[in-house]
Parts: sequence; structure tokens; C-alpha cells
Amino acid sequence: MTHPLVVTLDRKSAPRTIFSGDKLVEVDMPPGTRVIYPRKPLAGLADVDAAIRYALNHPYGSDPLHARLRPGMKVTIAIDDISLPLPPMKQPDVRERVLTIVLEQLADHGVEDVHLIIATSVHRRMTGDEIRWVVGDRIFNGYYPEKLYNHDAEDAENMVEIGTTDRGEIVEINRRAAESDLVIYVNLNLVPMDGGHKSVTVGLCGYKSLRAHHEPHTMRDCHSYMDPKTSALARSVDRMGKLLQEKIPVFTIETTVNNRMFDRPLEFLHKNEDDLTGTEKFALKALTATLARVPQAARQAIFQKVPSPYGVTGVFAGATEAVHEHTLAKCYEQYSVPVIGQADILVTGIPYISPYNVNSFLNPLLVQVMAQGYLFNLYRGVPLVKKGGTLIFTHPCTDMFDKEHHAPYIEFVHNLLPETRDAMELHRRFEAKFAKNPAYIQMYRTGHAYHPAHPFFMWYWGEAGRQWLGRVIVVGADNEYIPKLFGWETARTMQDALDLAKEGFVGTPEITMLHAPPILMADVTP
Amino acid sequence: MPASYFDVDGTLVRTNLVHPTLWYLVNQATPLKSLGKIARAALQAPAMALAEFRDRRTFNELLFSSYQGISRDRLLVLADECFESVIKPALWPHARALIERSRANGDVVLISGALDFLMDRLAAHLGATHVIANRLEIKDGYCTGRLLRPVVAGPEKARLIREHARAGGHDLNDCFAYSDSYSDVPMLSVVGHPAAVNPDARLRWLAEAYHWPVLSLDGGKEAPAIRA
Repeated sequence: MTHPLVVTLDRKSAPRTIFSGDKLVEVDMPPGTRVIYPRKPLAGLADVDAAIRYALNHPYGSDPLHARLRPGMKVTIAIDDISLPLPPMKQPDVRERVLTIVLEQLADHGVEDVHLIIATSVHRRMTGDEIRWVVGDRIFNGYYPEKLYNHDAEDAENMVEIGTTDRGEIVEINRRAAESDLVIYVNLNLVPMDGGHKSVTVGLCGYKSLRAHHEPHTMRDCHSYMDPKTSALARSVDRMGKLLQEKIPVFTIETTVNNRMFDRPLEFLHKNEDDLTGTEKFALKALTATLARVPQAARQAIFQKVPSPYGVTGVFAGATEAVHEHTLAKCYEQYSVPVIGQADILVTGIPYISPYNVNSFLNPLLVQVMAQGYLFNLYRGVPLVKKGGTLIFTHPCTDMFDKEHHAPYIEFVHNLLPETRDAMELHRRFEAKFAKNPAYIQMYRTGHAYHPAHPFFMWYWGEAGRQWLGRVIVVGADNEYIPKLFGWETARTMQDALDLAKEGFVGTPEITMLHAPPILMADVTP
Repeated sequence: MPASYFDVDGTLVRTNLVHPTLWYLVNQATPLKSLGKIARAALQAPAMALAEFRDRRTFNELLFSSYQGISRDRLLVLADECFESVIKPALWPHARALIERSRANGDVVLISGALDFLMDRLAAHLGATHVIANRLEIKDGYCTGRLLRPVVAGPEKARLIREHARAGGHDLNDCFAYSDSYSDVPMLSVVGHPAAVNPDARLRWLAEAYHWPVLSLDGGKEAPAIRA
């Protein structure tokens, strides 16, 4: 039986409104199209601080945090960076609440040697203001910058090799964490691919370790990123994490949030267009029209300056693997929608944000990550679209980059992609040299740029989707160059795109629309 | 192996060509001599200001004419002290890290309008492999106030880089160049990987237009602390 969140359109159905970057577009979908909507937000915990204290005192697979503390010990607290959640959450961020209680416990037990490290891996360094947003004024003023700082994966003297797995994966992490008596990880788990061993093993590692799994072979073997059991990436990270925890004691604290991405005035973006009230229909029209008319900077401000009112749905603490099981269960409870049957054509809108462009523009490489990487991978079981099927998405694909955050992306897109789109070849011919570019590394270390290896990882992130999909068609691109460079076709309207996708197709294709954001994932049975 | 070409003044150190020159003028054999040299240099200041705006090479020639009459021995005897007291303290906090990383890629060349005996000391201090710098003309053991050819400035830097790369077997497409100044656009333009470091406004504008990396070595307020 079809799940209520999988809606089949008929002739009377209203047009669907989906994202196209930082605009909304109305699209008329043919009768018979299935539209998959996100679940309603789970109820947030009534008393988050009490839940945090309870989790610390009743951990899974570990003694309570207080029992693991002793005066004079050296503790490092690592914290998820600004890539989570999306958009950033209203203050107080749940990480601030966890840190406040953890730091109280450390102080109560005479633990004074405490460093807080933002586990950025090769992401850009967070600015002081961004860190302040996440940890709150009191912790920021007490620890920044000497004892609260960004991880630096290129600070060779402060990275240390822990060992190598039986598959040859080098485990290298931040020296301060490696030399601590206890590492406490404070996570905010937005989607099932976050958290678990990935937190410490990736968040505090360097390029040497990332090369083990952020490469095209591993990415091709992920079915999907959101299902750790079938993800070669998750398996590799788990192997490395197990080795790491043989040497370094880790106490994991994971938190989950609901999918309340939009605050009250925009809450209708969650809903089936046929179920909107008169007021909501008017508001949706007004918002769509406004976004179509205001300049790009204003559109970016409308969405990015407004934090999300996420509710905290779970706090789990203790041993990494035991904790993560509970975290995953809560994630699936929020996101999972059962879907029967794969589509021939999958349609979706690409929004304005990804984990890698908080406070900057979603450049074309990140559009690719969203389309062929994250949205394609929002499934368990089998992909939403059949092997060789077509993905249609709406996005302007503007050839624009943040010159600081994404400096190495620009050279990757404009100099390397014209050479080849083949991820294997890019990996083999260009990655190692590009990743050592001293100028980009300096921008990563002392500015706010992503590491020069990152654009390669972003291309590999789309590899599973690229291998699976037969065609990708972009609706509403404002240029031909980027889609062509990325191997995509273009269409002016959704109808044109559907006509293009149906060319040569025998019978009536099954069309499915993924109505995200907010985040959802499909549990697909063939 | 690629080579990395670094402008020095403003790029690796916060000082410019004037600072060591002033230091030498102040540190003459007698206070009277110092006063005379400084007074002469002051008289040339308007011409130098105009030259700085219009032609970097003329600026260099005017500035280094202040060395006229100083003995070669004195220049070299005071060079260590000048380096220690003027140039070394002015190094940008992250200059050494960038040089070390570039050294791992291949040759590191300091290309500067400053004087060779000072740049040799800086190269030794930072681990750079080559120096291309201005040389004072010496006759009978004394500076004539002129520079030997070629004068290292502006577009000439681009030619010298080409020459150096050819001699060293470096493919310019693989080479890197770093500068803070718009006057070094020719030098930045001949390599495959140009970068603007602490750039002036005009260079920043150009670098952003051409998507050149713009980086900072000055350890600004949000740069990470340098750990011992």
C-alpha cells in the first residue's frame, strides 16, 4: 500500500513548487507523477538539558562521563563544524548546551587541561563569529582562541599517525587529541552519514587518512551514503575508527534534530501543495514572486540569515558504535519514507545550501554534489531511479564561486574538468599535485578556504550517481557552459525536460518527484 | 620540478626597499655623514614618490643612488646587523611555512628589487634556494650609486623568471609566483600558478577577476596562532 507521504498527482492537482537555487519555481507535473514529501517534524525534547545530563549519566557501552574523569587529566573536546545542521540552528545550538554541561562536569572533577577543537578536517576554518554562534558567548569568551580553535590538517607538527588498518588505511589525527587521556566528541547528527566513527576519524584527520576513502573507487561502492551497512565509505571509516579507539579513549555524545528547517512563516514549504490553506497559497505565491524579483544577494540573505528552529529529538552518549545505533534509529524515524518501485525519471529541486556553502554561494561543483551526490543518495534499499534512468533537476547552475571559501574549486572546475570528467583520471593524474598547492594550503590554514583536495572529493561525491544515472537534465540553467562541462543536458522548462527524457522511451515512464528540502529519505523496495 | 618565485618586500616581509636603505644611511661612520646622506635622500624624496607611482625601475635607481660613496666593506660588515634588526623582525608570521611548503615542491627563488647581500641572508634564513636581486655597482671598493644591469623591477622580473626557469629546466606552467603588488603583475602572469599575497587594492581586484588565489601571511586576527 502506498504511504500517505507518497502522493500521486491527478489532473486536478496544483502545480508543485520546488527550489531552484535560492528561488522557488512552480512546475506542472503530469498526472500519475508520484511526489514524495518529508515527514512532519518529530516532537522536540521538552527538556534538552535534562536529556543531556541523563545521557551523560546513563551512557551506552561506557561508564558515565563523570566516572571517567580524574583530576589533572588531559581532555580534548572535538565539536562538529558549521557544515551541520543546514541551515545553522537557532541559538542556543545544541552543541552549546552539551558543552556547557560537559565543561561543568570537567570542572567539578578537577579537569583543567581542556582544549576544544572544531573538527573541520579539510573543510574551511570557521570564523570567530561562527564559532561563537555554535558554542555561545560564555564558552567562546572563556576559551577562544588559545583553547578553542579550528583543527588544522596541514599542521604537520601537530598531526600524528596512530597506525594503519589491515587494508592499508593510514589513521592520522590531531596530536592534541591523540595525546589526550580522553577525547569527548560532541556531534550534531543531521543525516545518517554523519557521526559514528566518522566524527573523530574524519573530523580530526588529514589528507593522508582521507585519501583512503574519499576516492572514486570507494564512492562507487556506496549504496547509499545514507545507509552505513551498504556504504564502502562507512566501512572504511569504521575500520579506521576501531583502530583509533584501540589507542585513544573516546566518549561520544551524539544529538539528533528534527527536520524543522523552516520557521513558522515558511513552514508551508513542508506541505503538499494541494493541502495548503488559502493564506498559505497566497504566501507561497508571494514568496515565489518576491524571490524572482529581488537580487541574488538579497535572496541569499532571506534564506541564510534566518536560522532554523530545529527541535532536538535525541541525545545519546557513551561508546561510539553503541551510541550511533540509537542516533541512526532516530534519524530514520525522522526521514524515512517507504516507497515501492523505482522511477524511470526522478525530478527534484536543488536548494541554495549544502554542507559546504554555509555563509557563501552554492557554486556549480556543489550543485553537482547536491544533485548526483546527496539527493541521489537519499535512499535505502535501491535508488529511487532505475539504473540508466534520468535525473531532472531545477537550478540556475550559475558560474559563480565564493572567491575565498571555494578558491581551489574555481581552478578545479575551469582548468581540470575541461581536461576530463572521469573521476578515476582526475584522481590519478591531478589530485596529488593539486592537493599540495602551497597557495591553496596557505588559504586553508590561515584564511577560510577549503583544502585543495576538497574539490576532488566533491567530484567523487557525485560518482555513485554519475555511474548509475543514464542522463541528467537541468531545467532553468542560466548558462550552457557549466551543464555541458559537467555532462548534463539542459531544458528551458520542466515540460521540455520531460519530453527530452521520454525520447526513445517505450511506454509511459514512471515519474517520481523528491519534494525536498526539508530532508527526507526513501526506503525503496523494487 | 616546479620553481616558486617570491617577491619579498610586502610579500614575505612587511618592510620595503626604503627601510634597509634608511638603516644604512643612519648607520654611517659619523653622525655628520649620516645627516648628509639623509638630507640628500630627503631632497630626492619627491622625485622618488613620483617614480614609485609611474616607474618602479626609476624609483629603485633613485633610491639606491643614496648608497653612493659607501664602502663595500662597510655594506657587508653591517649586512648581518641590518638583516637582524630590519628584515628578520619584519617577516610575516606565516612566510616561513609557505616557503617550506614550496621548498618541498622544488626550487624557491627570491626575486626582489632589494640588494643581493641582504637577500642572500634572507634566503639562508628561510631556506630559499636562489636569489635574483639588485646589485650595487662598486668601483675601487666604493658604491657608485648606480645599479648593475639588469635592474630587478617591474616587467624585468618576468623576463628574469623566464630566464631562470629555462636555465633550470622548469616548465613555467607548473611554476608558482607570489607578490603583494600590482607592479608585479607581469611576473605573476608568466607562471601557471600566480598568487596574490597581502595584496594592494589594485592587485586584489585583478586577482579576484582572474581567480588567482589571494592569501594572507600576516597572521590577521583570525589566523591560527603559530605553535612552537
